[in-house]
Amino acid sequence: MTWIDVAVLAVGTFLIRLSGPLLRGRVDLSEETEEFLKRGATVVLVALVATSSVMVENEWAGWALPAGVLVGGVLAWKRLPLAVVVVAAAATTALLRLGGVD
Amino acid sequence: MAFRVFTVIGRDLLRDTAAYSVGIAVAGAAFAALATAQGLPWWITWAMSIFVYAGTAQFAALGVAAAGGGGLAIVATGLVLNLRHIPYGLAVGHLYWDRWWTRILGTQNLLDTTTAFALAEGDDRRRAEIAYWTTGAGNAVAWVIGNLAGMFIGGWIAEPETLGLDAALPAIILALVLPSLKDRGTLLAAVTGAAIALATSPFLPAGIPVLLALLGLVFVWPRKGREREEAPR
Repeated sequence: MTWIDVAVLAVGTFLIRLSGPLLRGRVDLSEETEEFLKRGATVVLVALVATSSVMVENEWAGWALPAGVLVGGVLAWKRLPLAVVVVAAAATTALLRLGGVD
Repeated sequence: MAFRVFTVIGRDLLRDTAAYSVGIAVAGAAFAALATAQGLPWWITWAMSIFVYAGTAQFAALGVAAAGGGGLAIVATGLVLNLRHIPYGLAVGHLYWDRWWTRILGTQNLLDTTTAFALAEGDDRRRAEIAYWTTGAGNAVAWVIGNLAGMFIGGWIAEPETLGLDAALPAIILALVLPSLKDRGTLLAAVTGAAIALATSPFLPAGIPVLLALLGLVFVWPRKGREREEAPR
C-alpha cells in the first residue's frame, strides 16, 4: 500500500462524506422529507447490523458472532445501558469461541 | 467549567460515549497492530487512521493488500464500502452545516455510530447535535489512543475476534436504532432492507448490499408530502 493509495482513499472518502449535506442543499426541507432521510439512514444502519452479524468477507460468520449481537439486542430491548449491551455482546461471542463454537 | 460541560452533555450520553469509546480503542489498537504486523510504515498507518478515518474500510484495505491486491483494488474496495456515508450525510448533515470549520470537522466525523447516536435523539435537534459531537470526540480520542497502543503492544490484539469485538460494534448500532423501529413504517422498511442486504451479500462486493437495502423505503415513500407543503399554515 503506497501513500498514493491512502491519499486517494482519504480524499475519495471525504468527498463521499461531503456529498450528503451538499445534496441536501441549503433549503430547509419539509418535515416529511426530513423524516424520510432519517428513515433512509436507519434502514442502512439496520442492514449494516444484519450483514456484519452474519457475514464476514461474503461468507457465513459462524454462530458465535450473531449470537453475541442478538444477546446485545435483547438487552438493549430491555433498556439496559449501552455499557451492559457492549460487554454482554462481546463476552457472549468471546466465550462461545473460547468454548469451540464458531 | 467541567461541571457545566457535564450537565450540558448529560450523564447518560457521557456514560454511553465512554462505553462505546472503549470498543473503538480496542478496534484502533487491532488496526494498528495488524498494519504494523503487515509491515506498513508507521506514517502510512497514521495517515489512514487520521485522514481516511473509517475503520471498516481501513481493515478492508489491509485485507485486500494482504491478499495481494494492488492500489486500484484497495481504493475501490474502500470507497465502495464508504458509499453508505451518503445516506448518513443526507440524514444528519444539517447538524454541523454551520461554520466552515464545523463543516470540515463534522464531515470527517460522519461515521456509522455518530450517525446512529444523533438519530437516536429523535426530533430534538440540539440533543442530536450534542450527541453527534460528543460521541465523535470520544471516537477520535479513543481511535488515536488505540492506534498508538496497537503500534507498541501489537501481537495478541491483532486478533480482536477472541475478545468478541466484532459483536460489540453491531450491538451498539442495533441498540441505538431499536427505539426508532417502534415506528411501523420504519420497521417495515428496515426489515425489508435487511432481507435484501442479506440475500445479496454473498454475491456483491461489501458496501453495495447495505445500499440496496434502501429499496425497503418504497413502503414509506412520502406521497402526501407535497399536499401538506402546499396547505396554508
